[in-house]
Amino acid sequence: MTPSRAAAMLVTGLLVACGGASDAANARRSPGRNGVPWSADPASRSATLPRDWQRLGVGRPADPARVAAWDFDVDTLGHGLPPGRGTAAEGAALYAAKCAMCHGVKGEGMPPAYPALVGREPRAGFGFASDPTIIRTVGNYWPHATTLYDYIQRAMPYFAPGSLTPAETYALTAWVLAANEIVPADAVLDSAALMRVKMPAAGRFVDDDRGR
Amino acid sequence: MARSGPSRREVIKGAVGVAAGAVAARLADAMPAGAQPPAAPPVVPIDPTRVTGGPTTAVGSRSPFVQPSRAPVGLTEGTSKTPLQLLSGTITPSDLHFERHHGGIPLIDPAQHRLLVHGRVAHPTEFTLDDLKAFPPVTRPHFIECAGNGREAFRKPRPDLTPQQVDGQLSNSEWTGLPLRDLLAEVGMDAAATWLLAEGGDAARLTRSVPVWKALDDALLVYAQNGEPLRPETGFPLRLLLPGWEGNINVKWLRRLELGTAPWMTRWETSKYTDPLPGDTARRFSFEQDVKSIITTPAHPEVLRPGPRIIAGFAWSGRGRITTVEVSTDRGATWRPAALVGAEHPKSVVRFTLPWRFDGRETILMSRATDETGMIQPTRTEWRATRGPGSDYHYHDIRAWKVAADGTVTFANGEVWA
Repeated sequence: MTPSRAAAMLVTGLLVACGGASDAANARRSPGRNGVPWSADPASRSATLPRDWQRLGVGRPADPARVAAWDFDVDTLGHGLPPGRGTAAEGAALYAAKCAMCHGVKGEGMPPAYPALVGREPRAGFGFASDPTIIRTVGNYWPHATTLYDYIQRAMPYFAPGSLTPAETYALTAWVLAANEIVPADAVLDSAALMRVKMPAAGRFVDDDRGR
Repeated sequence: MARSGPSRREVIKGAVGVAAGAVAARLADAMPAGAQPPAAPPVVPIDPTRVTGGPTTAVGSRSPFVQPSRAPVGLTEGTSKTPLQLLSGTITPSDLHFERHHGGIPLIDPAQHRLLVHGRVAHPTEFTLDDLKAFPPVTRPHFIECAGNGREAFRKPRPDLTPQQVDGQLSNSEWTGLPLRDLLAEVGMDAAATWLLAEGGDAARLTRSVPVWKALDDALLVYAQNGEPLRPETGFPLRLLLPGWEGNINVKWLRRLELGTAPWMTRWETSKYTDPLPGDTARRFSFEQDVKSIITTPAHPEVLRPGPRIIAGFAWSGRGRITTVEVSTDRGATWRPAALVGAEHPKSVVRFTLPWRFDGRETILMSRATDETGMIQPTRTEWRATRGPGSDYHYHDIRAWKVAADGTVTFANGEVWA
């Protein structure tokens, strides 16, 4: 136990003993403090693999066909992006046919089930915490373009997930990005072009500091 | 054979007519204001000791007098909340566990289901459920809470909210499965692996990145809940359980784990489940559910009569054990410690109780929990100062109920911390 934690528990104990809360104790009670620190650095965590694990030998070697069928995730370095290309114009036609019935003709969404996709306001700042009326969209909130490709191929269209080809997925990704004025209206996307896309919200995200 | 007294048929026939009225009156008396009585009042004999009862059954059912329900919104994308105000003890009945799905509830044949483990491992492997049951099992109580639990109450703290509406995306179960670290040892995880991707076998093929340190700490792969296989809506036949972490990352219908060296930045950890902060940033990977409590009785829509009452509710923390729950019956002026049940279990729901006497004067009830890391539930004012009014997840501020002089109870967060 750290000294600060011990002090906090002591304060709690005093509260209980006195049967009432003091302002001094309240002042110490800032939310987002006192907790277990989170860190992306595994060295800060003590848990390890079981050292003396005796293999059970259960399971079968992964079937390469299953790996090929299931391992289609795309990470931020572009690993997993398939060959293929699509244009924003092709994406517009696909969007009208397969997406607009839920997400709206212009990507305005149909809350609460079907979120808005398009919207750049506010152009300055990132004031989502102070203004609950700002709707989070791909254009103003998504930090990575690769997430868009991954999610469309993974889960869209909602009523026929997994039905889009890589070319169609590139095209739809291009249309959503173009509608958000992130790529030009005549954009052509393939894996290399997608990796060059700069998202407006990139760099806005910070790791959890609660409890630090 | 000579008979004296009424026949069995006569007993039942007479009982039906008289009992229906009596039951209706008793129900009306017992039902809290605003609750819906059952569509058809149950018919009971006047004297159950004079009539042979029902036969044995293959699967039990609740008394017709007890008909709890979740609150489905009827969408494959929607929520269905647990009726916290109807629960006792610490375990949520499996059929009342809250629901939140992103591509509907899949129907999966357990014999066909596979868990694929690959990426930074020496032995890429696919496991059947039987394979996974060959690992030494563990059974532990843990809560699952949606990161957005409490959002509606935070945004619009209307007086007519019930505990189910305020915090019903919280449930607590006894889970059985295997430690994830054992599975990672079995496949020979590469020491360089720092993150893993967990993927569900539903129509959303939902993916979340999980730091390996959590996988090596207390993470479980679970196949059973409260003594029986998982239910379809809680992940049948296999789910990831990361004790204390936001609900969405406890991936249901788990079919794949890929070991890697960086987070994937999926939709569910960027566009969703991130917390905007003052200062033009947003917090990501905010996994832990912070310390929290709520009084579930008295609560809206109950109407109290003057006299002795038990104040009871739930407390929980994603960071460890609950050490203290304090209750105030005077709008936060003074606080008294409540008795706790289940406090020995970390990252599990604790039941708290405190005897009280309603004297017919208006007051406000609150509860305030502290966990073993020293974190204490903040007030709504304190919470807003840290996060701002536009933040979406991890609301854990103090919940308050106003008891009026006439005994009506209403949700009071909007009034107390306007």
